[in-house]
Amino acid sequence: MTTVELLWNGLAAFLTLCIFSFLYKDNPFYKFAEQLVAGVALGYWTMLLYHTTFTDKVLIPIFQQGKLHYILPTIMGIMMWTRFSKKLAYLSRIAIAFYIGVGTGVALPLYMYNYVFRQLQATVVPLQFSWLGLNSLLMVSFVTCTLFYFFFSKEHKGTFGGLSKVGIYTLMAGFGASFGLTVMGRVALLVQRIIFLREYFIALFGS
Amino acid sequence: MRRQLPLAITFITAFTLAVQYFIPHRTFEILYEVSQVWLQIVGAFAMVLGIVSLWQLHWGKARGRKPGWGYSIVTLVCLTAMIVFGFTGPTKLGEVGPGEWIGPFNWSYDNVLSPLSATMFALLAYFIASAAYRAFRARTALATILLLSAVIVMLGRVPLGDVISFGLFSKVANWLLYVPNVAAKRAIVIGVGLGVAAMSLKVMLGIERSYMGGE
Repeated sequence: MTTVELLWNGLAAFLTLCIFSFLYKDNPFYKFAEQLVAGVALGYWTMLLYHTTFTDKVLIPIFQQGKLHYILPTIMGIMMWTRFSKKLAYLSRIAIAFYIGVGTGVALPLYMYNYVFRQLQATVVPLQFSWLGLNSLLMVSFVTCTLFYFFFSKEHKGTFGGLSKVGIYTLMAGFGASFGLTVMGRVALLVQRIIFLREYFIALFGS
Repeated sequence: MRRQLPLAITFITAFTLAVQYFIPHRTFEILYEVSQVWLQIVGAFAMVLGIVSLWQLHWGKARGRKPGWGYSIVTLVCLTAMIVFGFTGPTKLGEVGPGEWIGPFNWSYDNVLSPLSATMFALLAYFIASAAYRAFRARTALATILLLSAVIVMLGRVPLGDVISFGLFSKVANWLLYVPNVAAKRAIVIGVGLGVAAMSLKVMLGIERSYMGGE
């Protein structure tokens, strides 16, 4: 490592330790690192949005390519800012109405197709006499039972109650598996940071 | 008029864009593409609202010397620095030639934002473990299933698990991930899809108006 690299990595190691210091208790070092991340993240995404949206989709189309219809969404965008004025705040509703209108209009058929029909299509597959076929059968049963569990218009009693119980067991097994996977992902990140600190201190003090 | 005009705009745009999905005509494809670009532009302007609100909050704290004002200054300085870096230096790695310095904006992403975000998530490993200790005590059948499923998946993802179970844990972990986990997620996703569709209809027809705020 060169001196400059040692210096910058030293800063990264210091900030990493600042964040890990939260394991002891909330302290000024952690708060400093937390606010630093918040400020840098906000500034980063702001500038990325500025370059990818304001420059590429507002400034260049209007002033360089002469696409004047882009002025309309720009005006609507500026209307959003009227929320800061009590007198003119109602104007922001027009922009919000457009935003919500486009969002819901696009979501209605897309969600029905992707989230309902495609999921059902993937669940109900031709049966085979194999382990795969058994899993497909289990998948149909588990999905149906879980949907029964989420159906609250009928009391969960008798056969319906039994099926909905299978549904909640499926949910618990699924949540447990997701949880296990998340823990392993976080542990992998932790291992990465510990390796970084180890390599830095080896470079600094020697092995 | 202050309420009727936004409701009319919502209905017209939502209805037109919902219908365009079923009409395979170039005009409607263009309409969809243009609406998406317009949506991005309006959304980008909305981002300014968030930044200004955050600035007002931290500036107010710093000016009034309220508790924790020093941390507010850290946020404001970092935010300002990143905006200045974003205006003055390269913001995309493609803009930098081979061997050239990537600039302070990209440097901050590589050396501050990315590693510190990873550290924040790594920190969660401890809290997830302690929460699991409290939540996963096998008091009921449901908690036991949750606990067993999580333990098997965790052990099935490390070599030690396979060594102690002769390869069984990784197989069971895969089954848990691909059958009960997918089934549970699928049922939730179907519910979400139906919920979004119902909510979209309510918004389109003006039954749900909370997005317009009070007054």
